[in-house]
Amino acid sequence: MNSRLKYILAFICIFVLGVAPTFASSTESSEDVNVKELILDHVADAYEGHINILGLNATIPLPIIVKGENSGWQIFMSSNFHHGTAEHNGFYIASSGDYRGKIVEKNQAGEEVRPWDFSITKNTLGLLLSSVLLIVIILSMASWYKKHSKEDDPKVPKGFFGFMELFIMNVNDDIIKPCVGKNYKKFAPYLLTAFFFIFINNIMGLIPIFPFGANVTGNIAVTLVLALFTMVIVNVFGTKEYWKEIFWPEVPTWLKVPIPIMPAIEVVGILTKPFALMIRLFANILAGHSIVLGLVCLIFVTVQLGTAINTSMTIVSVVLTIFIDLVEILVAYIQAYVFTMLSAVFIGLAQVEPHHSHAEKH
Amino acid sequence: MLLQPEAGLLFWMLLSFGIVFFVLAKFGFPVITKMVENRNAYIEKSLDAAKEANSQLAHIKEESEAILATARDEQVKILKDAESTRNRIISEAKEQARAEGQKELDELRKQIQREKEDAIKDIRRQVALLSVDIAEKVIRNNLSDEKEQMAMIDRLIDETMVSKS
Repeated sequence: MNSRLKYILAFICIFVLGVAPTFASSTESSEDVNVKELILDHVADAYEGHINILGLNATIPLPIIVKGENSGWQIFMSSNFHHGTAEHNGFYIASSGDYRGKIVEKNQAGEEVRPWDFSITKNTLGLLLSSVLLIVIILSMASWYKKHSKEDDPKVPKGFFGFMELFIMNVNDDIIKPCVGKNYKKFAPYLLTAFFFIFINNIMGLIPIFPFGANVTGNIAVTLVLALFTMVIVNVFGTKEYWKEIFWPEVPTWLKVPIPIMPAIEVVGILTKPFALMIRLFANILAGHSIVLGLVCLIFVTVQLGTAINTSMTIVSVVLTIFIDLVEILVAYIQAYVFTMLSAVFIGLAQVEPHHSHAEKH
Repeated sequence: MLLQPEAGLLFWMLLSFGIVFFVLAKFGFPVITKMVENRNAYIEKSLDAAKEANSQLAHIKEESEAILATARDEQVKILKDAESTRNRIISEAKEQARAEGQKELDELRKQIQREKEDAIKDIRRQVALLSVDIAEKVIRNNLSDEKEQMAMIDRLIDETMVSKS
């Protein structure tokens, strides 16, 4: 019990100490704290990673991969920009305008344009790291099963694998199975992958030290791809009945013949479902990161109000940050759950059987 | 700014999620879920087998109890039989022993009788011999007087009687 308590305390210390100095360093230069800009900068992508623990303040340069209009493919480290102040081979980080914080170059007309930018940014690094971690965990688990589960003498995993088995089977049996219906085995691998991909990225995003608290699932590009996968799978594996219900639904004929009102609504529905998935995950995780950052900013905002207020607000901030971080762990699970469940429901809805079979049941 | 998907991240996401999806959907999750389902099936099968074995065991127990009951009856019967047989044998043996004893006793009695008769015969012979002896002695004494003769005889008889007794 005692040692467990110590672990929890250490965990909290890492969270708090890891977050707090990040802002200390970024606000040193200006006395006025622009909270909005600060939060937006931190939830957005970046070309370098910061590690701050107990005063150790390190900037990790990340590789930049760009293809400019006139300079072709270029690969170099982000340290060449000297934190956005210097130019490298015609590329520089825009400090204002539409492309604020992004790599830009000047074209022949002298306008700022975005090159093709495949840089390993903070988010990309987090994404790749989580992906590798997830693959390693699941594949080592699978190989454990292959090794230990013989037909006539199957074994039950213990420890972490036991927990993971519980987790996987819980998602499989309690989300996927009831939501998809009888065809669930065909779609379980995708839905499980989606769940654990989102979950591990959500959790990794909560760790401020490494990979730099990357806001991966709070980035619209990431949720867009996830939603696209769900949309493609829903529509590719949709039954004939599903398509019939979209283009010739069982409604009064005037709703579909001269002007196809219902088909139009249904077609829009195909797009709104994954759109809702995309926005929900993106907004929830972004909001979580913003709240944590906002609470930490309390410390810096109240600096001008005097030592007493600043100290008390610091304590409030730390307590609230811990609380919100714990809530965010819950949110990490809930959002993965919701995304998986809704994807499963959409897939299940696209697996409809012709109506006469329903009529028999009633 | 936040609502604009970045082409670079989009590319990396597509790539990494595609790879993760491919690898895990092919080699990861199906293996795990299949193994767990196999194990569940195995557990169910084992439970069924155990139930069956239990019912069989109960059946066997019943049977064995029945066998035991009949065996107990048999035992009682056998014990009873044995007792009666024993009693019979004992009584027979007693009877036989008594008969044997009787026979022996009779034999003995007969022998005693025989011996008694022999003894009497012997006495008789002795008496005869004695008589002959006495007669000899009397003759030898030349008995003149009848009186003396009689006295003599009496005396001799007395003597013999005394010696005899």
